[in-house]
Amino acid sequence: MPERIMFTMGDIASAEGALSAGCKYFGGYPITPATEIAEWMALRMPQVGGSFVQYEDEIASITSVIGASWTGVKSMTATSGPGVSLMLEAIGLAVMTETPLVLVNIMRGGPSTGQPTRGQQGDIMQAKWGSHGDYQIIALTPASVQEMFDQTVQAFNLSERYRVPVFVLADETVGHMRERLVIPDEKDLKLEYRKLAAGDPADFLPFKPDEDLIPPMALLGSKYQFYATGLTHDERGYPTDKEDVQLELVARLNNKILHNADKIIDLERFMLDDAKIAVVAYGTPSRSARKAIKEAREAGIKAGMLRLKTVWPFPEDALADLASEVKHIIVAEQNFGQVYYMVKAAAAPTPIHLMAKPAGMPQLPHEILDKIKEIDSL
Amino acid sequence: MTTAPPILKHPMVKYIREDRMPAIYCPGCSIGIVTQMVARSIDNLGLDFSKVVIVSGIGCTGRTSGYFKTGTFHTTHGRAVVFAEGVKIANPELEVIIISGDGDIAAIGGNHLIHACRRNVDMTIVCINNFTYAMTGGQFGPTTEHERFSQTSPRPIGNPEHPFNLVQLAASSGATFVARWTATQVRRATASIEKGIVKKGLSFVEIVGACPTAYGRMNRLGDGLDMHKHLLKVAEIQNGLPPHEAELDYDRRIVCGEFVNMEKDEYTAVLKQMREKLRK
Repeated sequence: MPERIMFTMGDIASAEGALSAGCKYFGGYPITPATEIAEWMALRMPQVGGSFVQYEDEIASITSVIGASWTGVKSMTATSGPGVSLMLEAIGLAVMTETPLVLVNIMRGGPSTGQPTRGQQGDIMQAKWGSHGDYQIIALTPASVQEMFDQTVQAFNLSERYRVPVFVLADETVGHMRERLVIPDEKDLKLEYRKLAAGDPADFLPFKPDEDLIPPMALLGSKYQFYATGLTHDERGYPTDKEDVQLELVARLNNKILHNADKIIDLERFMLDDAKIAVVAYGTPSRSARKAIKEAREAGIKAGMLRLKTVWPFPEDALADLASEVKHIIVAEQNFGQVYYMVKAAAAPTPIHLMAKPAGMPQLPHEILDKIKEIDSL
Repeated sequence: MTTAPPILKHPMVKYIREDRMPAIYCPGCSIGIVTQMVARSIDNLGLDFSKVVIVSGIGCTGRTSGYFKTGTFHTTHGRAVVFAEGVKIANPELEVIIISGDGDIAAIGGNHLIHACRRNVDMTIVCINNFTYAMTGGQFGPTTEHERFSQTSPRPIGNPEHPFNLVQLAASSGATFVARWTATQVRRATASIEKGIVKKGLSFVEIVGACPTAYGRMNRLGDGLDMHKHLLKVAEIQNGLPPHEAELDYDRRIVCGEFVNMEKDEYTAVLKQMREKLRK
């Protein structure tokens, strides 16, 4: 399809990003503020020859996505925090069975039912640590309607490349804001697809990794027979309680992401080159920070922003570098402090100041400007 | 010097991962019998085995998928049915069979079971009902009879709850083919599994089995042989009986047969029609 221009909301941009990435299966359950993604998919999926299924709950939605992905179809779900809470079991299964899938979380107020129609960024740690055991996922944090599209495409590419669930973590404001969206010509999109099993089926080991730590994937219904399980398994996929297999598997599941962190992480440096005060932000607060920094510059304060477009794997090297460049770091996030702790661990002993706001209205530009001025006067 | 006689192979072994034998099942367990029923059904129908997908959940029966030599998946507890729905809807060319236990299918996965029946996705669920959570050592579950003993309803307390009748549950939820047999009625059960596979819709086949290690021991029902003999004795064939009359009283009467075989629009076929409608 040639280039298209829309004036639309972030949720719909994400759905269109998925379709442009070749997603042909959506399993979901209605939830504010992510419902528009399901509604859009309900009409668009059959148009592109895919399947939209509304399940009985979020557990069913994401588990069906795992099933669909194992037939070779790019698959996704979309939800909000309460739905993610239910999906965490299946996130673990997808990690353990190395299933490519995309989960869009339009983050709303919490804990619990919280404020369904108000945005928040309270699910950052949940995305990384929510399921039990030690594992890595990838999480992207768009800050505009265009990025909802672009980063959903990127989420599919990363999930296919690393055989891992990828989160698109967008706060409700980004999900519901309306902006111009340019959907590129499909010829201009760079799309990736998982490595597939090759060679003699008799010799095939479904969980034997290549040098890049990622095993080629056998699909259901192919000539390769295999057993995939959430149990700790050896290269044949067979369950075992041997300690060396557990250690090797868990290390590989983590390292296939951590060793590629520099290829995965996407950051924006804004007015940072001579900055003395850096704001670290992502999603909607980063939009306020951008305005605040311009105004701080006008007032003669050397401020800049490191905008995180990836929060997991956490860009700790970039934060360590930033700590050596600036005198102060302000972390502005719509929660009670989550990325803040990661920044603290990576950027100590540079002073880190938290602007926490676990509520629907993000930090406003003048609030961030006041904070910058306050820090500048220290 | 005498030569050793050739080792005879089981005719169904071509479907089985021999390198995973012996299976984990206890002596006297019914799950091996049902595994063979499924293999024979596939064999009798002459299915392209590489297009058959076998899915299970957690528990003793949950391990069954791993013994079949095709695309197999061992999901989390209770989620076999929804994983299977994703597979079937994404690729309707595949033949999807779910083999799981009563606890997996009717307790933690109960919500998925009823909605899959309602949705009528073309899949076959073979549910082995041994009345207990066997893998965890024998606790009462959704099919355990009232006042039966288990690790969580010990003597002299007994089960405070009442069981689901899985035939009634599947039938009232909208499954288009529903049958029940005991593990001792191998040929009839195999024939029903075959019908379930051929049926374009959600098929539910309950196989009432024996768990001598947990349920049998705690309720003094004898060993595996005693329990299977009992199942054969109390099995009463009533094909075509309305599902609400398909009684299951372990001591007295287990009504067996095919109770539902009806026509209803199948989900993946409906999705296909919707796609075609939009393309016009």
